[in-house]
Amino acid sequence: MRKQKLVLVGNGMAGVKTLEELLKHAPDIYDITVFGAEPHGNYNRILLSPVLAGEMKLDDIMLNDRAWYESNGITLHAGRKVVEIDRVKRVVRTDDGIEAGYDRLLLATGSNPIILPVPGKDLPGVIGYRDIADTEAMIAAASEFRHAVVIGGGLLGLEAANGLILRGMEVTVVHLADWVMERQLDRPAAELLQASLAAKGMKFRLGAQTAALRASERGRVAAVCFADGSEIPADLVVMSAGIRPNAALAEAAHLRCERGIVVSDTMQSVTDPRIYAVGECANHRGVAYGLVAPLFEQAKVCANHLAGFGIGLYRGSVTSTKLKVTGVDVFSAGDFMGGEGCDEIVLHDRATGVYKKLVLKEQRLAGAVMVGDTSDGAWYFQLVREGKDVSAMRDHLMFGQSFAQSQLGDAGHQGQNKAAQLPDDAEVCGCNGVCKGTIVKAIREQGLFTLEDVRKHTKASSSCGSCTGLVEQILASTIGGAYQATDKHSKPMCGCTDQTHAQVRIAIRDFRVGERKLLSIREVMDVLDWQTPNGCATCRPALNYYLISTWPHEAVDDPQSRFINERAHANIQKDGTYSVVPRMWGGLTTPDELRAIAAVADKYAIPTVKVTGGQRIDLLGVKKDDLPAVWADLGAAGMVSGHAYGKSLRTVKTCVGSEYCRFGTQKSMDMGVALEKMLFGMWSPHKVKLAVSGCPRNCAEAGIKDVGIIGVDSGFEIVIAGNGGIKTEVAQFLCKVATPEEVKEVTGAFLQLYREEGFYLERTCHYVDRVGMDRVRQRVVDDAASRRALYERLLFALGDAPDPWQEQQSEPLVRQYRTIELKPVAKENGHGLATRV
Amino acid sequence: MAWQPVCELDEIPPLGARVVAHPDGAIAVFRTDGDRVFALRNACPHEGGPLSEGIVHGNTVTCPLHNWNVDLDSGCACAPDQGCARRYATRVDAGVVWLEA
Repeated sequence: MRKQKLVLVGNGMAGVKTLEELLKHAPDIYDITVFGAEPHGNYNRILLSPVLAGEMKLDDIMLNDRAWYESNGITLHAGRKVVEIDRVKRVVRTDDGIEAGYDRLLLATGSNPIILPVPGKDLPGVIGYRDIADTEAMIAAASEFRHAVVIGGGLLGLEAANGLILRGMEVTVVHLADWVMERQLDRPAAELLQASLAAKGMKFRLGAQTAALRASERGRVAAVCFADGSEIPADLVVMSAGIRPNAALAEAAHLRCERGIVVSDTMQSVTDPRIYAVGECANHRGVAYGLVAPLFEQAKVCANHLAGFGIGLYRGSVTSTKLKVTGVDVFSAGDFMGGEGCDEIVLHDRATGVYKKLVLKEQRLAGAVMVGDTSDGAWYFQLVREGKDVSAMRDHLMFGQSFAQSQLGDAGHQGQNKAAQLPDDAEVCGCNGVCKGTIVKAIREQGLFTLEDVRKHTKASSSCGSCTGLVEQILASTIGGAYQATDKHSKPMCGCTDQTHAQVRIAIRDFRVGERKLLSIREVMDVLDWQTPNGCATCRPALNYYLISTWPHEAVDDPQSRFINERAHANIQKDGTYSVVPRMWGGLTTPDELRAIAAVADKYAIPTVKVTGGQRIDLLGVKKDDLPAVWADLGAAGMVSGHAYGKSLRTVKTCVGSEYCRFGTQKSMDMGVALEKMLFGMWSPHKVKLAVSGCPRNCAEAGIKDVGIIGVDSGFEIVIAGNGGIKTEVAQFLCKVATPEEVKEVTGAFLQLYREEGFYLERTCHYVDRVGMDRVRQRVVDDAASRRALYERLLFALGDAPDPWQEQQSEPLVRQYRTIELKPVAKENGHGLATRV
Repeated sequence: MAWQPVCELDEIPPLGARVVAHPDGAIAVFRTDGDRVFALRNACPHEGGPLSEGIVHGNTVTCPLHNWNVDLDSGCACAPDQGCARRYATRVDAGVVWLEA
């Protein structure tokens, strides 16, 4: 079959990112030709300012050199301008007569600086600020001339002014509005920024309307004249008064354009579906985006469509601005101006140059603007996007994430969230020992833009994840406006699909092929167009859990899609041995059980025996080959699997309670045993731990468990969604009940809700945080019918839960534990198989 | 090095592996979705994790210890990780898996 022809016009970040994404999905379906007006490969336009400022060189900002195009079989015409699209013949033409035919055409023509229509705008020495050539022109002018004027006090203008000052020029910023960066900052923030820029020598003319540019005798620009008759000297004028989508080529081809090429949610021109547009030249739902993060999202969707998958949709982006304007940190997001119906919390410290304003609307954070200290920008932005009720932490909100969350406990990284101020040798990721300097270096040298990239390349934040916020801040402060945190729940499950966890859960629950439910991983992957033949180590375990939790007793439970611990029913250790934890209901054991455990430890030479945090005995260092026999011996003494290895019910920890304790008010041991027997064999999105205390002294530490039961004189208090792990979370009060039977029903109903709605690897604390305590209380406490139904579904799912240790001892399951011994080929044995294994 | 029979193909679960003892260190024998069989030294190039216990997908296994992805055909870690596990030749003959080790 003939390969299809894809032509890209515009060799910039959005277009080339689309190609990179396309090559990942479908490397072989297109012959690709790229036209770029600039004579370079693709470079990082965001970093032009550091180049102007002399902090980086051009080589440093190249993203794709010519070798990249060659190695991917892409024809590159750099320095050639496409002037015509012939939509009938499906051909593009350049100004020097080169033609290229296309089956699909991708336009990524970017934008042009707006040049004010004033007399003198075409004089030598008047330039826009967009590309490498402009940057080089400014560098050249700085070595020869003294006076520069930058027209436009937006981000780019201020960066240009800063770069020119560093290169020795005297610079005045001329701005029509009453304060700089008026689209990103309110007036006090802008004035603070302006003051710190003025301290570096930058001059300002605000509220000033440029009337004309006057020439010198030699014909070069010499001065900027204002509407009020005044003028200032200028040997170089940089026009930075905004950008305009560059859609001239598309307009000439009669594609619908309105401030950019109008595109659909699949990034296709609404006029001609063979033509796509991404980046600053595209108008999506009325918005032409200028920041890099939305462009990259568009690129992903467009590549997905070009690859023929056709399932991704771009629905627009919420943007925040986190910038380092010439060494001053600036951040804004959402509705930061406030007004009617809004409350404002303001911290303004003129002396240290710090200004923060938070805008609250109906108990939610609507926007934020900050200058000087922006370390909590990512957190505020997240709160703005999530639209979460912040009334509980309103008192602490202004003091940032670290303080606000330290009120709840934040082990490990307390007071350490000022990423920008950390020294390079500060350890960021405690799991993998990654320092800040290593992360910054990888971001710069490897051109990383996303958290996933940083995880892959440095391993930082890839284990327990508690440093994720810090890593995101380092990303933000290293690449500035290029970074946008993504909402983790709106992201695809993994690289094998564009579906989110929520979408997959719903599909498994609701989708029918004819009358048939989706009951196997294969069926789910087929129906949802999985992009890999059999998934990966991220999606398969999630799919397996979603199937068995949605359709208990019906769905196929695939052991090969479970992590090794759940496949071998023991915990793998770093040396490849396993740990075995027999169940001890409620933490209770007997002399017979202890004797059996001691005998097993002796018989199989188990090197380490340890008491766990969940009141169990852990046998560590068991060889895989010995597991079935160890289980058989423990089983003979009446013990079953403790599920210490699973995303499942782990333990119900108990205190002694009123059976013995002189303070006890309830029989906590009985309650714990009853709960543990009820929940035996329960698989869940993540591990689940319970505790039952017999009085409010709470010796079983019920306040940091997924479900905690605290006995009081009149009954039991039930708390949920606590966590004693990575970040200590105190459990929240759910309800108070009178009888053990009610404890079982409420506990069961909550855990079933979590099992049905939780995302794989989401602990109860994160689940409740996501859906809200109100929803949980409504479904589990207020609505008795809902509670009853949830409880019954749980009991149905757990009915006849087998002991996996017993199951694993039978053929053919048991053979997977055996190491195969090679034996010399024996003649008497037909095919030479010396042993049956 | 000699060709030796290991087991019948059916004795390795699809998308799974078995461990074969060897004087130079254990060997993991993998079976993929399309019944292709691969053999690697059973030690991840990262920290020696038992690759035989990983999740097999496509022609890749994910190490159970720290989630490195190792290509079954070459034994090498997938970029950006670096390092290789030794690979051994395999073939399937009349339903029997053979290993050159």
